[in-house]
Amino acid sequence: MAQLIETSTTPLNRVEVDLVTIDLVENALRHARYEMDEVLFRTALSPGIREQHDEFPLIGDPEGKMVVGQFGLSIPDFLENFDGTIEEGDVLLTSDPYSCGAAISHANDWLIVMPIFFEGRIVGWSSMFGHMTDVGGKTPASMPTDARTIFEEGVVIPPFKLYNKSVLAEDSLRIILNQVRKPDWNRADLNGLVAACRTASRRVQELCARFGADTYTSALEELMDRNYRAMKILLAMVFKDGETISFTDYIDDDGVGYGPYKLKMSLTRTGDKVTLDFRESSPQAQGPINYFINENLVRMFFGIYMITVADPQILWNDGFYPLVDVIIPEDSFWKPKYPAALNARNHGIGRVFDLFGGLLGQTNPDLLNAAGFSSSPHFMFSGNYSEGDRKGEWFQLYSIGFGGIPGRPVGDGPDGHSLWPSFVNIPCEYLESYYPLRIERWETISDTGGAGLHRGGNGVDVSYRFLEPGTIAIHDDRWLTYPWGVNGGEPGARGTKWIDRADGTTEIIPSKVIDVPVHRDDVLHFVTWGGGGWGDPLARDPELVGLEVRRGLVTVDGARSYGVVCDGAGAVDVEATDRLRTEMGEGRPSPLPTFNMGPPLETILERCLEETGLPAPLPPISV
Amino acid sequence: MTYRLGVDVGGTFTDILLVNEDSGDTFRAKTSSTPADQSIGVIRGMGQVCELAGIDLTQVGDVLHGTTVATNAILEGKGARVGLVTTDGFRQVLQIARSFVPGGLAGWIIWPKPETLADLQDTVEVRERMSSAGEVVTELDEDDVRRQLTKLRDNKIETLSVSLINSYANSDHERRIREIAAEELPGIQVSLSSEVLPELREYERAITTVANAYVQPQVTSYVDHLESQLEDSGIQGKLYILKSDGGLVSAKTAAVNPVSVMMSGPAGGVIGATWIAEQAGFPNFLTLDMGGTSTDVALVQDLVPRVGRETSVGDLTVRATSVDVRTVGAGGGSIAHVPPLTQALRVGPQSAGADPGPAAYAAGGTEPTVTDANVVLGYLPTQLAGGEITLDHEAARTAVQQIFDATELDSIEAAAAGIVDIVNENMFGALRLVSVQQGFDPRDFALVAFGGAGPLHANAIGRLMGSWPVIIPPSPGVLCAYGDATTSLRDEAVRTLVRSFADLTDDSLVEILKELATEARASLLDEGVDEANHHVAYTADLRYLGQGFEIPVTIDIDSFDGQGAGLDALRAVFDNEHERLFSFLLDGEHEVVTVRATVNGPRPEVTAQLLDEGGTDPADALRTTTEIWVEGAKTAANVYDRTKLKAGQIISGPAIITEMDSTTLVLPGHAATVHVSGSLLIRPETTQTEEV
Repeated sequence: MAQLIETSTTPLNRVEVDLVTIDLVENALRHARYEMDEVLFRTALSPGIREQHDEFPLIGDPEGKMVVGQFGLSIPDFLENFDGTIEEGDVLLTSDPYSCGAAISHANDWLIVMPIFFEGRIVGWSSMFGHMTDVGGKTPASMPTDARTIFEEGVVIPPFKLYNKSVLAEDSLRIILNQVRKPDWNRADLNGLVAACRTASRRVQELCARFGADTYTSALEELMDRNYRAMKILLAMVFKDGETISFTDYIDDDGVGYGPYKLKMSLTRTGDKVTLDFRESSPQAQGPINYFINENLVRMFFGIYMITVADPQILWNDGFYPLVDVIIPEDSFWKPKYPAALNARNHGIGRVFDLFGGLLGQTNPDLLNAAGFSSSPHFMFSGNYSEGDRKGEWFQLYSIGFGGIPGRPVGDGPDGHSLWPSFVNIPCEYLESYYPLRIERWETISDTGGAGLHRGGNGVDVSYRFLEPGTIAIHDDRWLTYPWGVNGGEPGARGTKWIDRADGTTEIIPSKVIDVPVHRDDVLHFVTWGGGGWGDPLARDPELVGLEVRRGLVTVDGARSYGVVCDGAGAVDVEATDRLRTEMGEGRPSPLPTFNMGPPLETILERCLEETGLPAPLPPISV
Repeated sequence: MTYRLGVDVGGTFTDILLVNEDSGDTFRAKTSSTPADQSIGVIRGMGQVCELAGIDLTQVGDVLHGTTVATNAILEGKGARVGLVTTDGFRQVLQIARSFVPGGLAGWIIWPKPETLADLQDTVEVRERMSSAGEVVTELDEDDVRRQLTKLRDNKIETLSVSLINSYANSDHERRIREIAAEELPGIQVSLSSEVLPELREYERAITTVANAYVQPQVTSYVDHLESQLEDSGIQGKLYILKSDGGLVSAKTAAVNPVSVMMSGPAGGVIGATWIAEQAGFPNFLTLDMGGTSTDVALVQDLVPRVGRETSVGDLTVRATSVDVRTVGAGGGSIAHVPPLTQALRVGPQSAGADPGPAAYAAGGTEPTVTDANVVLGYLPTQLAGGEITLDHEAARTAVQQIFDATELDSIEAAAAGIVDIVNENMFGALRLVSVQQGFDPRDFALVAFGGAGPLHANAIGRLMGSWPVIIPPSPGVLCAYGDATTSLRDEAVRTLVRSFADLTDDSLVEILKELATEARASLLDEGVDEANHHVAYTADLRYLGQGFEIPVTIDIDSFDGQGAGLDALRAVFDNEHERLFSFLLDGEHEVVTVRATVNGPRPEVTAQLLDEGGTDPADALRTTTEIWVEGAKTAANVYDRTKLKAGQIISGPAIITEMDSTTLVLPGHAATVHVSGSLLIRPETTQTEEV
């Protein structure tokens, strides 16, 4: 447990705060949080943060509870696990999930935590983590898909004072940066994280100066309380007392040949509270896909889903946490035993989107979206230039791909977009300017979004032509199980990847690989998955289907999934469409099933090789 | 005698300012706007102003015009049907965009899927390819181009845009496509990305080019029409349009590059505020332009508005140089509401707009707006806009009552005060974006407030910011015409280099800058401005090698001595900016991303109409006394007629100052001094001893 050193002993008092001041504080904190993003984006050097925004900010109350932020990290768990003093001017850094109660979940994420002092007292915390492109270890980008322990995943930084009373721990930083392949990136990104946290810190101090520390911290409590009250009403409204609902989805494989891993989440309301239970999920994985999840993170995820639709302007905070119990079993996929490998947990994080959607949507139609682009698949490319001015120079790319947002209650899912907040793609022209690559195709693939009254977004084909030899690595999923549809909507298409080699051969690439050699003029096709459809496809306006055929987002064949008969110009044959729709509608159950997960898992596994070109994974075995 | 004429067409009024170029005297007129054909109102207003000045229309020289035609085309979604030609493999560049979904973690659930500005069915790809170094990888397949353009012709596109991959590095293929389009699609205007925005990043370049094409037919026909109307009226001078960056261009140039005039309106306000602040003697200030649905804010340093590289109109953001104006959805019409679940008090972004408008307008609106809150608090007179709108106090109370009922606030007045506080906070947030968040201390800046609602909220916002004095210009409802009439001709030339400092020398950079200057001078020379009267400024967008964002800095071309002193100086300027913005430096190498030369013509002389001195006592302007609610209690406030105020008079708060198009609120503990140039300068009373 951290020992906090404050020079003032005057306690913070809870005072009355009027409604307007509460809303003023809320507004100011919202601005401060976006300002943190801005500072980091504009100063970072690694494309992952600079161009794609793989980072997450947080501002906490005096106890470290989140008052504004969006995801990840838990300061109370960090403090609980930190053995030492913390005082004004200290800035803490860690990248070790096992030393901070999973405040972060893999060693690529570097987490900064900073106390915010005002007149000698801690009035809050600012914190931010960012994904470092490389943290050393055996493979470029430090995410070996075959790792079984965290020791294979590069430098793992225990919580320590990067700044001790404002003095930089130069030696420690030097030792850390000596482990990584692009130290200048890590240094700049780390500077950006610290600068962003300092910015937040200044903003909080300004608020204290403006309203007084007592009023400020009391306003935070009111904001927490606002979340608590809202959540209490929502829980009673949405879930029946005593009823258990559950939902199951999968991670397809673990990088070392086993899968699919079953992820099951159950929810039961008892009185004012709900319990989220992860006990029926698969045991700990052999490979590095385990997602070491913090209980508070589960609560945050749950809360954001519940509240966003009710008041989109609200600041999510930790206020409702006492209303949510979380049960995560030890030595499981969600809480693996040290020193299990963790690097490829991004699929687990992403799949949480789908899990919550499927779970909460059952009783809350506003939240019942189909399965979306629930991951952040990685593509890595690195090597040394073999000729020209830069001969011998090391290049290294880490990038994130995007796919189909699912069909939703509000409408169609956007094509080739990000389910993650803040994330953006790296422009083709940027990649071509800085890497020996040429992008030959970057477009969404027609019909990959699931058919529905609201169509799922299409997946994307990005085709990379390599202009220098090197190696690539890929972290992907949903190549085996389907992005499911809801309320009669069809599943989206699964993802796939292959290399057209310069020698004319074609090679199918598994979803999780490292150190795959590529040669000049090989072309990698990285095709992401589509979003599931929402609602009855036969109810979609045929003219809209026709328009999407003209736009090239749906094919003439694909239109038939909607019961629409049209020509290549999207002209709808009304009579034939009526006939086809009547025919397709016959014998369907009414109402249509809530979930359409595609064929049964046994069938999927049976047809795996034939359909995907890859052997089926082996059933998971205990570690 | 020669006259120049500033014209600003707003949603409600068309404002005309006539300037005698010899004496500097000004005359102004205001008339209702004519949205169906804006030129009708313009010509009518010009007639009025000439009558006032006692001159004939034929004596009017150049006409300088801020226009919202391009902005409105975007906001109303009424632009042209645009065809887009892309490189093979990139047809969906607008569909995929940057893959970005706004909002937080669950934002994707509620974000409506956007429609692209150029429809995908009107987007074609052609076989060709450039490398990032500008080398041809695949020759342009001209037969393919013709086939694809035929498709677009069959789709009946109205205008064409071309945005090929890496065309910023080599524009040959784009230019060839334009030649072919002239044959295949005769009469269709063509926008090339290599001309509209020769910068790296394909989505940003494409959307900017498409936006240009989207508004082009409307802008072209508008300026053509207006030009011929002016000619018919016997006006001898030329028509110039105010660009988003605050400079003027010929109407013809504006029609070729209309994406550069999308912020013409807001830029006019900032330039107008600059002139006002200069007259009052405050070179550093923030602007607050608060209207019915939104508020624009900007920062001006040493009388030069900060310029940004992005322009946002509604949901559309393009890369076009414009005065760095930030817009927040907070205005007089912003609706207050209390979500039942969280019981927070929210104001905006929904707005009652002009129709039905606030409840107090008695035009069918029932939801509580910011204007209604101001009415409840007694800040607004019974009539607005010179009598065109009568305010219904009871309707305003009834509307604000809803907020009182939904919260635990003590009274209807407290609810109204809460609404005003929240909307002020929203504007405060926007002002912080352009000041604190750019490393500027707002206490070093004055605050110029205008727009119909700005002067009502300005004192309170000045207090939040610590920005004094708060300057309320004369006729704050219509400031843009001053901007139009007081700015200069301007053109710029840009080049993307993406080159590290190690690959540059003083001489090689100067050579590029000189070329750019020559390019930028051309249009001013065409307009008959002598080279001797050109003011050339150079800027560069720099970053540390590998960063994703650039910081624009000014290049001091005189420091380039051929020995490296110029590049050293440039490095130092960048490092200073980086430190100011982000509070740290890196050891890394510096990189030049883009360089530009901006050429300005001479700035016209316009003098303010000076007020007569009238001692310090404003008693002659006192109209009445009214009861207002301020700082938690009812109190009496004097109401003054602004037209009767004289220079030097001091109005102590609480007080209300009314004029035709706006109302100013002076809070208790503050006082407004009437400056000889006509502006009101509001300051806390303790610092009122300073000279004005």
